[in-house]
Amino acid sequence: MSAAAFTTVIGLEVHVQLKTRTKLFCRCSTQFGAPPNTQTCEVCLGLPGSLPVMNRRAVELALRAAVALHCDIPTLTKWDRKNYYYPDLPKGYQISQYDLPLSRDGYLDLPDPQGAGTPRRVRILRAHLEEDAGKSMHDEVAGHADSRIDLNRAGTPLLEIVTQPDLRSPTEARFFLNELKLLLSYLDVSDCNMQEGSLRVDANVNLHLDTPRGRVATPIVEIKNMNSFRAVERALAYEAQRQGDEWRTTGRTLGEVPKQTRGWDDQAQVTRGQRHKEESSDYRYFPEPDLVPVTVRPEEVAAVRAALTALPATRRAQLVAHHGLDPYDADVLVNQGPALVDYFEQTVACGADARRASNWLQQDVLRTLNERGLTIQQLPVPAAGLAELLRSVAAGELETTRARQVFQRMVETGATVAAARQALGIVQVASEDLLELCRTLLAEHPHIVRDVRGGKTQALGALIGKARQRNPNVDPARVKAICSELIAAADTP
Amino acid sequence: MRLIHLTVAQLRDALAAGHVSARDVTQACLDEIRRVEASIGAYLAVDEAGALAQAAESDGRRAAGRARSPLDGVPIALKDNLCTRGQATTCSSRMLAQFVPPYDATVVQKLRAAGLVLLGKTNLDEFAMGGSTENAALGTTRNPWDLRRVPGGSSGGSAAAVAARTVPGAIGSDTGGSIRQPAAYCGIVGLKPTYGRVSRYGLIAFASSLDQVGPMTRTAEDAALLLELIAGPDPRDATCALRPVPAYSQTLDQDLAGLRLGVVREHFEAGLDDAVRQAVQSALEVFRSLGATIHDVSLPHSRYGIATYYLIASCEASSNLARYDGVHFGYRTDESALLRALAEERGSAAAPDEVDTPLVRLYRQSRSEALGAEVQRRIMLGTYALSAGYYEAYYLQALRVRRLIRSDFDRAFGEVDLLLGPTTPSPAFCAGEKLADPLSMYLEDLYTVTANLAGIAGLALPCGFTRGGLPVGLQLLAPPFEEARLLAAGHRYQQRTDWHTHVPELP
Amino acid sequence: MSLTRQDVEKVSLLARLQLPPAQLDAMTVHLARIVAYVEQLQELDTRDVPPLAHALDLENVLADDTLAPSLDREEALRNAPKRDVECYRVPAVLGGDF
Repeated sequence: MSAAAFTTVIGLEVHVQLKTRTKLFCRCSTQFGAPPNTQTCEVCLGLPGSLPVMNRRAVELALRAAVALHCDIPTLTKWDRKNYYYPDLPKGYQISQYDLPLSRDGYLDLPDPQGAGTPRRVRILRAHLEEDAGKSMHDEVAGHADSRIDLNRAGTPLLEIVTQPDLRSPTEARFFLNELKLLLSYLDVSDCNMQEGSLRVDANVNLHLDTPRGRVATPIVEIKNMNSFRAVERALAYEAQRQGDEWRTTGRTLGEVPKQTRGWDDQAQVTRGQRHKEESSDYRYFPEPDLVPVTVRPEEVAAVRAALTALPATRRAQLVAHHGLDPYDADVLVNQGPALVDYFEQTVACGADARRASNWLQQDVLRTLNERGLTIQQLPVPAAGLAELLRSVAAGELETTRARQVFQRMVETGATVAAARQALGIVQVASEDLLELCRTLLAEHPHIVRDVRGGKTQALGALIGKARQRNPNVDPARVKAICSELIAAADTP
Repeated sequence: MRLIHLTVAQLRDALAAGHVSARDVTQACLDEIRRVEASIGAYLAVDEAGALAQAAESDGRRAAGRARSPLDGVPIALKDNLCTRGQATTCSSRMLAQFVPPYDATVVQKLRAAGLVLLGKTNLDEFAMGGSTENAALGTTRNPWDLRRVPGGSSGGSAAAVAARTVPGAIGSDTGGSIRQPAAYCGIVGLKPTYGRVSRYGLIAFASSLDQVGPMTRTAEDAALLLELIAGPDPRDATCALRPVPAYSQTLDQDLAGLRLGVVREHFEAGLDDAVRQAVQSALEVFRSLGATIHDVSLPHSRYGIATYYLIASCEASSNLARYDGVHFGYRTDESALLRALAEERGSAAAPDEVDTPLVRLYRQSRSEALGAEVQRRIMLGTYALSAGYYEAYYLQALRVRRLIRSDFDRAFGEVDLLLGPTTPSPAFCAGEKLADPLSMYLEDLYTVTANLAGIAGLALPCGFTRGGLPVGLQLLAPPFEEARLLAAGHRYQQRTDWHTHVPELP
Repeated sequence: MSLTRQDVEKVSLLARLQLPPAQLDAMTVHLARIVAYVEQLQELDTRDVPPLAHALDLENVLADDTLAPSLDREEALRNAPKRDVECYRVPAVLGGDF
């Protein structure tokens, strides 16, 4: 796309599953992974005569998310039917929200990863509560193809979050999704697990091109079927390229062709148009007569706002302001989720140095969690234990390599710092013993003493290694210091 | 007096006194069904063995002093759009001919909990869409007063069953007059409660914002007894009112002196049959003699009722009936024949991509094969009226007019306690008479639909006969949740008249 | 707004009904009559009349998020016209994966 300067314009529609025990309109479980069609009842099967009743918790969680996204919460919200036929939609309509959504006109700020400059503000058009459909599975049997339908997921509560077309690059879209996911997990509103389908993304994208005839836009394409944030980024990049190519060949612009829907093929790394053209969708929305409206008083919104736990942006700022972390480190910690930040703060509260704690969390702790597939809550080392360990390091009682061994021991056995040290035979070497060891080593290695005297101070490193062979508990820094002193003392008669 | 002639209230007393057993009563109903059913056709299913077993259990409970309610052991029939667990519930549609719900409607649960004997399921216009029970795919029902005539509809089976004395009471549903109109045609009492008074859970939906379940009986007193049993809040129906249920049967003997009765001017205009007019006017005199004062009242927007109703009901129905698509339950077309036909069509089509996918064709063919013509007409109307470009002009405009209709009633009930008029413009018509002209059939609902649109309560009562011996129905309308007032007025009227005691002569 | 046969054909697809030519003609005639009849609503000026979707003025009817037993699978699948031991079956869902 060399001829014209262009901007990629992206808007996202994100569906997240709300963390309720039961479905939106019936009391069947929302647990993931149950055998097909074992979590259904007459309501979510859409059997004749059944009626929906709204899950209170789903409304509360949706409201919490909407408030955290700085949305306006109208005093009255209602539900509508979106009519279309699909085998995983047993009622022939989806209960969703049309003209009076639960919330609208919010925003999410994306932090600048460098910690400088102003955050990027992505406006939220609306966030509304609706039900999920079931699952269709393709099955080839004896020459003709069937689909198998599992309705376990039918009726699961979803929050649909629609952004304004404010995103300007595929990477920015991925940043937005990361930040949104982080926000929702801080809110404890959703698990946001793309593998389990608790977060799904559709993207609308087109290009704005500067041409000699002025600014033109390419037709908007909706991309579906992306199963990771990386896939979203790649699909958008592919689609931007494809639209640029297509524009150069056809010259077609927005409005000249109907909006197209394309699916992302992750294997082939391309987007593909639908094979069969359905009749243009006409969802015939109308108010759901089986449900009554929900009213939300301003006091209730205020209470939800007041009860919000610290959100990612706040916690980043706190880590920088209260603990002196630099923005990059604060970002790394906050991106690991609220539990890790809590752990960090507890460690510091128990007397650990903040920077040291931050380094340990980013390295040893995260590595351990990844290797062992643990969450921070499952880590056998409590924050107080880590703090104690880090205090010993700071006090010079334990050098870092030994401290790592102690930490591993604590992870493996759940031991306290003292017990782990004892088990590893780590005791502090008495000053006189250390002095004696250094004297012996100097006596045994006169060539090293010579080298040092000759100005090659790095030769002391060999002595440190030998000292550790004799006694693994010695502190290398002290060995170095004592040996230097002894050599210097011997110089002055 | 024969057992089948006893009212629900009389059966209650006889059972309590030990003069009759539930088994005897049930057997008498079953015998009468066997005698007259061939000519009436009120039932789609009679659960003979089940009913007798329930009756025997009821007798056992009573003997042990553990009757579940005063009505324990009283037989009742259910319109076949109320879900009964483990028993086919068909809506008189080929679509649901084999449908067996895994659950009971709330109303059914309540009746079982009170110990009533569920005798069988009654015929209806398919999915309750119609006013003659002729649009029924699984049976034909006739009017017990004249077998050439229709029983009305859509609760025509329930009305005919009660009129023919095969059951003392039945449950119906009323979306635009479906309880009151057949009650009038068959000379019985039919109550459409206030919207939200009775749970709709398990009532197979026609138009969700209009549907309401109600009793069909021979007396207002019986209607009161059944209503107090089936009404009340239901956590499974979000549109069910949270109000407690008054003891309707305990407040029937109110003095009507000073009751302000409004005569709806628009319900006496052109199109009203003379015999109906006369019967209703004599009913007015009865109320006057009971101490009521009569007032002229206007409902200026009632003439728009039918148009408003057909739009709103059809829009909701088009969506409610989308679930009948041959996928999860109900009828499915022959799949292999469909695939063969499609392959041929693709082969010869100019644009093969224009031919339906197998799935779309499966939907279309299953629905068109198993849904009747009237149901398809209403689905078409509703789909059209909700579709892009028409929503505002049709659906939304209908909702605005609905508000005007409701305001008419609010204004009227500011001046009077109850409204009075005929239930239908004319008595029962002959089978086949209006089939070719659906619009003329719709117009029979002229006086009833506005109560559904406004969500108020309405009661149909027998108030006379035409010279040809056809029953005429009076309609009383009450403000929301004033069923007690409505039933008391009906009861006092029936104490003064004997129209409800006339029995059709059946061969 | 007059209703054409093409309109009716389009609506029949939207409504997932299959109307053979003769029925399509009859349906067009019928719908045209009904539509002409309901046109009478247009004579009312309703600019200031808020729509009334529901006669009952209830709000905030919500249920607690408490588990209740589901149907067992056999019961859930019992009314299916075509099924296997676990799932409902339909002809392949074509036209993309969404």
